[in-house]
Parts: sequence; C-alpha cells; structure tokens
Amino acid sequence: MRAACRQRVDLMTSYVQVKALKPVQGRAGETIFRTLCLASATLLLAALAGVVISLAIGGWPAFRTFGFGFLMSSEWNPVTEVYGAAGPIVGTLITSFLALAFALPLAMGVAVFLTEFCPRAFARPIAIAVELLAGIPSIVYGMWGLFVLAPWFATHVQLPLLMSAESGSWQDKLFAGVPNGANIFTASVILATMILPYMAAVFRELFLTVPPQVREAAYGLGCTSFEAVRAVIVPYVRKGLAGVIMLGLGRALGETMAVTFIIGNAHGFPDSLFSSGSTIASTIANEFTEATGEMHTAALIALGLVLFLITFGVLAIARLLLGRQRP
Amino acid sequence: MSARAARRRAVNLLFVAGCGIATLVALAALAMILWSLVTQGIGGIDLKIFTMTQPAPGSVGGLANAIMGSLLMCAGAMLIAVVIGILAGTWLAEYGGDTAYGQVVRFLNDVLLSAPSILVGLFVYELLVRPFHGFSGYAGAVALALLAMPIVTRTTEDILRLQPHSLREAGMALGASRAFVIRRVIWRAAGAGLLTGVLLGFARISGETAPLLFTSLGNQFFSMDMSQPMASLPTTIFQFALSAYDDWRRLAWVGALLIAAAVLFINIVGRMLARETHRP
Repeated sequence: MRAACRQRVDLMTSYVQVKALKPVQGRAGETIFRTLCLASATLLLAALAGVVISLAIGGWPAFRTFGFGFLMSSEWNPVTEVYGAAGPIVGTLITSFLALAFALPLAMGVAVFLTEFCPRAFARPIAIAVELLAGIPSIVYGMWGLFVLAPWFATHVQLPLLMSAESGSWQDKLFAGVPNGANIFTASVILATMILPYMAAVFRELFLTVPPQVREAAYGLGCTSFEAVRAVIVPYVRKGLAGVIMLGLGRALGETMAVTFIIGNAHGFPDSLFSSGSTIASTIANEFTEATGEMHTAALIALGLVLFLITFGVLAIARLLLGRQRP
Repeated sequence: MSARAARRRAVNLLFVAGCGIATLVALAALAMILWSLVTQGIGGIDLKIFTMTQPAPGSVGGLANAIMGSLLMCAGAMLIAVVIGILAGTWLAEYGGDTAYGQVVRFLNDVLLSAPSILVGLFVYELLVRPFHGFSGYAGAVALALLAMPIVTRTTEDILRLQPHSLREAGMALGASRAFVIRRVIWRAAGAGLLTGVLLGFARISGETAPLLFTSLGNQFFSMDMSQPMASLPTTIFQFALSAYDDWRRLAWVGALLIAAAVLFINIVGRMLARETHRP
C-alpha cells in the first residue's frame, strides 16, 4: 500500500508532506467502492426490470385466459370473472389527451410570459411559485376536485347544459350523464391543473436555454414579440418542446389519486363527455385490495402492465427527444 | 403606419395579452386550490391532531397514527434511497457514466423518474407482500424508496458533474486513490447539493399515496411495528375523504394541509441549499 502510494507521489514536488497524506485505502478499497457504486447503478436497472417482470408474471393468467380480447373487450365483471381492459384504456387515453389539450396552451403561455414579457421583479417569484406548486402531491388536487370543483361544476355547468340541450340533439348526447360533477371531463380538468405547473416550469427552463443573441437578432430584424417567439424561439427549442409535451402526457397517463377521486369509477366506454368512467390507474387503486379472486387480481396486474408499456413508450420518446438536455 | 404594421401590432398585442391571461388563469387556479386547502384545513389543526389516533366516525380524534406511520416509512425509504441513489449517481458521474452501460442506466433512471407510482406499488406487492402473506410498513418503505432513488441518483450525478476537474486532479496528484478523492473531496464539496437531492426525493415521496395502498395498506391503530400494516397520512386522507362522515372529511382536509405544507417547506429548504452550491 505504502509502496503504491510512493509511486504515485514520485510525480510530485519534494516539499509535499508525504506523511500527512497517508492513503486511507489502497487498491482493495478502491475496488470495493467502485463495485458498490456499480452495484447501486445496476440495482436501479434491476428495479425497472423487476417492475416489468413482476407485472408480466402477475398478469399472465389474465392474458392467457382472455388473450387478445383482454385489450378489446370492455366487459369488466368480477362476478362472472370476465375481464376486458378496453374501458379503462380508453378512459386513460381520453382523460390524458384532454388534460394535455387544456394544459398545453396555458403552460406555453405562462412560460412565454415569464421569459419574454414579465417584468423581472415579478418573473422570479412567479416562476418559483409555479415550480413549488408542481411539487404538491396529487392527493391534494384530487381532494380539491372532489369537494370544490365537482359540486361547482355540477350546478353551474353540467345542469344548465343538460337543461338547455334538446333531447335527441348532439348536445344532449355529448352532455349526458349523472349531474354530480364526477366524470371524465372534470377528471381531465383536474389532471390539467396538475400537469400545468410542471409543464410550465420545464417549458420555462427550455426557453431560458435560448441564447440572448438569437433573441436579439430577431428583434434586430424588426420582429414583434409574437414573431420572435413563433419564428425564432419556439423553433430553436422545438425538439425539447416535443419532449416536454411527452413528459406531461406520461405524467397524466400514470396519475392515480387526482383521477381516482373524481372520475366516477364506472367501467365500460364513456359514452359522453360528462359520463363517469375509469382509468387504468384508478381501476387498480380502487379494486386491488378488494379483488375478489385470483383472476381479478391477475386482470388488474395485467392492466398495470398495459399502463407500463404505454407510459414507457411515451417517456422513452420524451427522453430521446430531450437528449442530454434534462429538465 | 401602414395597414400591415397595424395588423402586426394588433396580433402582437393579442399574443402578449393571451400569455398574460394564461399566467393569470394558471395562478388563479393554483391559488384557489391552496385557498380551499388552508380555509378547510386550518380550523382543524390543534394538539389533538398530533396526540390522538384516528377516531371512529363521530368521536374525537387526531392523525397521530398516520403521521407516525408516514414518518417511519419515509425515513426507512430515505435510508435506502440515499445509500443506493448517491452511490449510483456517483458511478454515473465518476466511473461509468460515458460507457454504453452508463448511458442505458441513465436513460432508464430518467424513465423510472416519471414512471407511474402505482406500478411501483404493484411491483412491491408482488415482491414483498404476496410472498410473505401480509401488508407491512417495510413493504411501504421499499415502495417509497424505489420512487426516491431515481431522484437522488439524478441530482447526485448532476451535482457531481458540476464539481471542477481541478479538484479531482489535485486530489489525485496528492496520491490519493480515486475512491478516496470522491469520498473525501468531491462529496464534501458537493455536500449541500447532495442534500438538496435527498430533500427533493423526500418531498416527492411524502405525499405519495398510490404505492402505499397495496403495500402498507393502512392501520387504524397507533403502531410502530414496521412488520405490520401501517397507517400513513396519504392513505388515511384517501380513506377519510371518500367516506360519508363529515368529521372524517374534516380530518382529511387537515391531513392534506399538513402534507402540502410539509412538501412546500422541504422544497423551499432544498431550493435554498441548491442556490448556495450552484454559485461557485
């Protein structure tokens, strides 16, 4: 150990006090530490692999019994032990894309406002507030949705719309549903409020990466702010923008608590904008601990695998688009 | 001013106004949420919340069992996540981050970072609950650890990469081994930054509900035995909020306020620490 140390010290000028630098560990320590680090990194991989494998094993009975029909059928019946995942899958996709549609323009607006127009004195505090709000647990959003948004929505939006729609008209079909405010539309609104601060925060970070020279060049050519944003700033970060949109979508797809509170938890296809529905995550959260039999549990785990594959795809695309840039 | 210029100006004004309105709408929505949280929750906060366990509907009680359960499970989770996360982040930053394997680990860690937490709950159910025939606080802690690990890993790597190369070279030049330099020089220089990562991970898991539903389940009694089902604030809130009893719902609001306040507080502390380290 000592010798090895001396060899390295050879390179150094003579006045360094070799004694004061007694190496605490030699080769063995180095190898152990390095291996520990590598093992930890591998454990992360193992965790992700474990999720896939355990979901595949746990859900296998459902896939074997129902085959491809598991994805196609919307019948979900614990009594007859027939399970089809189409209802929750469609519910997940509808709520997520609706939420994205609501949140995306707002998040872009917030980010553009904060980076381009807002007076500096306000921009920082608002940005910090937005980032902090992105960290609030989803259960809080869910409670707010259940106790505040749903009752308000039922009396001030859903009922009037229902009343005003002539029976048989397209409005009547679109707005049909029990007027209690617990439906896929309000679930999407809550999801949107949840992903809004998150997306706004990362959009803002993305816009901040645009070099000031690029921006100044645009203004120097006589662009208005709108033209600068549309023709220079957004194109500059377009790959990142797509990545952030996918990240937001990934979040919405897998979100559990905020949705479980308010979606109404009905299986089958939602047949109107205001009908109650379910998502994959809300179905699992609601039924898993009360699953009636082996097949029920297996079907729920199989649903989990479907959700995993969807989100993994979306998140992988997001990361590839974002590349080394890692908001 | 030509008609074209006037139109450009008008479009621009509309755009600026639109962005401003978007910001107002977003802030108003979030302010409304915080407002109802505070108004509904603050009245219920008293000593009983922290000293008494959850009541039967209609009687007096608090959230002591849930708070204790949350603290224990989060502490256990952080213990695991800090060790694994910091070591893994160190490997990515100092050893193998640029190898093909390192790229894969980083990529999948980023995916794990935003993977649905409910699936982690299902995984731990299959891993620890089903084989051992019982829900337990340990299973809850492991599920939470799996959620905090990617965050700690990621911030650790980012912070370590920010440390100047001259620090490493100076350490090596003095004859110290690489591991020694990392542990005694780099980690120390990055100390506050590492702590930020740990706090961010902690803030993330302290409000997580979904993974606890099928791992720690919940417990209506005060318990510090982690081998048994364990109460936690988020699952108790979930149960109480969906109940039909007014006093349970009030407790749910109090719990939600406590969690939100704790998460905000931890985030703010982490942010302040980060600000100190990012400025060399």
